Amino acid sequence: MTTLAARRDERTQAPVPPAKGGAKDRWVRRAPLLPALIFALVVTQVPFLYTLYLSTLSWNALRPGDKPFVGLDNYITVFKDSRLQSALLNTVLLTAGAVLFSIILGLALAMLLDRKFIGRSIVRTMLITPFLIMPVAAALLWKHAIFNPAYGLINGIFGGSSDWISSYPKAAVIATLVWQWTPFMMLILLAGLQSQSTEVLEAARVDGANAWQIFRRMTLPHLRQYLELGALLGSIYLVNTFDAIFTITQGGPGQATTNLPYEIYLTTFRKFEYGEASAAGVVVVILTIIVATFALRVISSLFKMEDSR
Amino acid sequence: MRARLHDTVWGVVAWIAGIVFVFPVIWMVLTSFKQEQAAASNPPSWTFTPTLDQYAQIFDRNITPFLLNSLMASVFSTLLVILLATPAAYALSLRPVAKWTDTLFFFISTKMMPAVAALLPVYLLAKHLGMLDNVWTMVILYTSMNLPLAVWMMRSFLLEVPREVLEAGEVDGAGLLTSIRKIIMPIVSPGLAATALICFIFAWNEFFLAVNLTATNAGTAPIFLVGFISSEGLFLARLCAAATLVSLPVLIAGWVAQNKLVRGLSMGAVK
Repeated sequence: MTTLAARRDERTQAPVPPAKGGAKDRWVRRAPLLPALIFALVVTQVPFLYTLYLSTLSWNALRPGDKPFVGLDNYITVFKDSRLQSALLNTVLLTAGAVLFSIILGLALAMLLDRKFIGRSIVRTMLITPFLIMPVAAALLWKHAIFNPAYGLINGIFGGSSDWISSYPKAAVIATLVWQWTPFMMLILLAGLQSQSTEVLEAARVDGANAWQIFRRMTLPHLRQYLELGALLGSIYLVNTFDAIFTITQGGPGQATTNLPYEIYLTTFRKFEYGEASAAGVVVVILTIIVATFALRVISSLFKMEDSR
Repeated sequence: MRARLHDTVWGVVAWIAGIVFVFPVIWMVLTSFKQEQAAASNPPSWTFTPTLDQYAQIFDRNITPFLLNSLMASVFSTLLVILLATPAAYALSLRPVAKWTDTLFFFISTKMMPAVAALLPVYLLAKHLGMLDNVWTMVILYTSMNLPLAVWMMRSFLLEVPREVLEAGEVDGAGLLTSIRKIIMPIVSPGLAATALICFIFAWNEFFLAVNLTATNAGTAPIFLVGFISSEGLFLARLCAAATLVSLPVLIAGWVAQNKLVRGLSMGAVK
């Protein structure tokens, strides 16, 4: 992780411009790529095309008989469905909440770790540990050992008998996610902090800038791309949150924590509305494509910066 | 002198933050060595006679096949990912194909596709082929889940091979195999190990596909965890023992790979 700091002078090489060889040379170059490419195409694109097809059928698996073609009817159902709308809103709230809080905490922790102190590597190991706990295990741990009203740690230490999960379902899910994802943000931001040039910071200090000015005027702008990267990657992973919701709240109480993945899961495997679930899946993919196009632009600009440095 | 005091204070703050963050994990491990009555006490009990009863109970309830399924799914998918991703990364870095950027972004876009959109067709297809509840189905799915990550990560490691050395090798008449063995591998092997560890971590922890596509035959470790909660009510100490046990392989892998963790998670964007 510290390599970014250590290797500032050693530029990341841009790949060799592809040679304009003959057809044979081009195939020699492509050959090592093909197995992975074909595998990815078959395993990820074929199911999606099949989803597209399924989304045009009226198909409930509990209802035997034919599966008539209904065109875009499922999409109309999906757009009118208030459950899906609230699931979309919950997805946005849960993702944004978890990403935001984990970035803020991650930044604070990264700044602490960017200093020299005794046992720094031990503290770093402690801080990344939550990220390494199996998500389902982490969710169970928070649900039963921490939030439980009768013998959970929070009530055990601070007294009271609040049922945290029923009273604050969203906050309970977000707290669990933030605990798991703060280490991730911290690692990315720490790499950013360590890539700051110490001479420039030292020069600013000599010129009389105080700690807050240095943070505000130099560190934050420098960290911007790392903050963006953390937010984007965090969103990509967290938008798909399923484990924590399945385990901690089952989407409840009511629909308070039902996000899109969980709602589609319910439509598929509890209501067996295959056509509708497929249409909802397609909508999610389209939404993801919109967000991802934006994300890819940011990521590719990051790579350009790496290359030109 | 003041500066040193300053450093000490912030060092203490960092230690406190670290302990707060790791505390739930420590609590989980402590609870796993308690008897059930001690685990369910309020206020929490800090002193107790440690026991291995809970671990014995878990093995009595047959966690072993679940662990073996997880191990198979994770190890075989990781091997397959490495076998597919390394040559692909080579063709996207050291000897790039014509449209290497497009290909690279195609891979990452498959990572962004939500698994929930592919779940139903995969489920129907697996059912049709009689491959539901089958470890090899999970191997294939985990391979495709980790492939983009591995391609991007391996590419970023391959780019570190100095081109001059490669060219010098070619001038000296080194064939492809020789340069892979003598030049590329020594530089890339730590990166290869880190990539493998990260793919292993993601496969081991995966839950969404496992819970929907496996049951008793191919159930993986997370399935055991949620399964024994719903069937037996709550036994906190036993739950903690099971959670500790299933988290252990990833904890070890993550601690070993911690210097490369950020690079893998950011697809090679941050070193």
